Amino acid sequence: MPGLLELFLAFAKMSLAGFGGVLVFARRAIVDKHRWMTANEFNETFALCHFLPGPNIVNLSVVFGARIRGVAGSIVAFTGLLGPPFLIVTALAMTYARYGDLPVLRRVLDGVSCAAVGLLFAVTWRMMLPLLKQRDPVAVVALIAVFIAIGVLRWPLPQVLLVAVPASFAATWLARKRVAS
Amino acid sequence: MMGAGALFTIALTFGWLSLFAVGGAAAAIPEIHRIAVDLNHWMTDPQFADAYAISQLSPGPNVLIVSLVGYQVAGIAGSLVAMVSMCAPTAALAYGVSRLLHRAGSSPWPALIQKALVPVSIGLMAASGLIVAVAADGSRAAAVLTLIAAVVAAITRVNPIWLLLAGGALGFVGFL
Repeated sequence: MPGLLELFLAFAKMSLAGFGGVLVFARRAIVDKHRWMTANEFNETFALCHFLPGPNIVNLSVVFGARIRGVAGSIVAFTGLLGPPFLIVTALAMTYARYGDLPVLRRVLDGVSCAAVGLLFAVTWRMMLPLLKQRDPVAVVALIAVFIAIGVLRWPLPQVLLVAVPASFAATWLARKRVAS
Repeated sequence: MMGAGALFTIALTFGWLSLFAVGGAAAAIPEIHRIAVDLNHWMTDPQFADAYAISQLSPGPNVLIVSLVGYQVAGIAGSLVAMVSMCAPTAALAYGVSRLLHRAGSSPWPALIQKALVPVSIGLMAASGLIVAVAADGSRAAAVLTLIAAVVAAITRVNPIWLLLAGGALGFVGFL
């Protein structure tokens, strides 16, 4: 099992490699490269982190760090994951505050934003495909309802979730019961 | 807005928001936008679209967009407070839960909760895309570029950074 310094460096590396999300790189480092976890253990840990609130990969770093080296491991993995990119993003924020109005930078950022939105739509589409293939009406209705409430009506997230999560949960539970009986 | 009051507001805002961030940072974008642009007027729509672009251009977890919002409100301290308050409370929660559920494999509840949450978080991500697209308020060329990026990303496994850089290059030469 890795020491604290190794843990810090591993998380810093996967974080700095991770453009558009760190998960792929985390899996590669933890499962394939270092063999600190089997693919199954990784999937189980990630599933736990995914259904808890908060940024999934940050949760994963803490849970993984804790398994390896207790509280100190958690703190080290968390810091390794967030520290280096935080410095980069803050440097970019300072640059933007200073030069953000330059026409050249405006044009470049407009182009980047288009690509970034396109990427987000592609990720969403990929995640949506299995639900569409399963023809799961409960899931499709929940998805569309949340999209309209948040994206179109711009309702506040906490209120929408307080209704949507229990409703989706109840509908999923009832659908499963009906299949089972 | 400056000083301890601003930092306190940032901490409270993002700490509270993090508790509702199901499905990760991408799903929290609409609420971050609502808070930063609509409610508090910390930034304008174009500035928010820029912040999203910059957060995607930099490596690391997508949640770092909150640092850009924090910076806009209260400089470097704001940037740090935003990130820590968005990440630390839920990280502590994850730590606690993982200690409790040493092995969650046998219980049907996690699978059921996950099945119920997946469509909710995908709906949130779709809303994120729409909100950033509207905030950017681009031309017809921007819509075309967005569509091309979406199709390329959906059918190939190209590293996202190349698409972002290609988008930036097209913007640079005046495509938009």
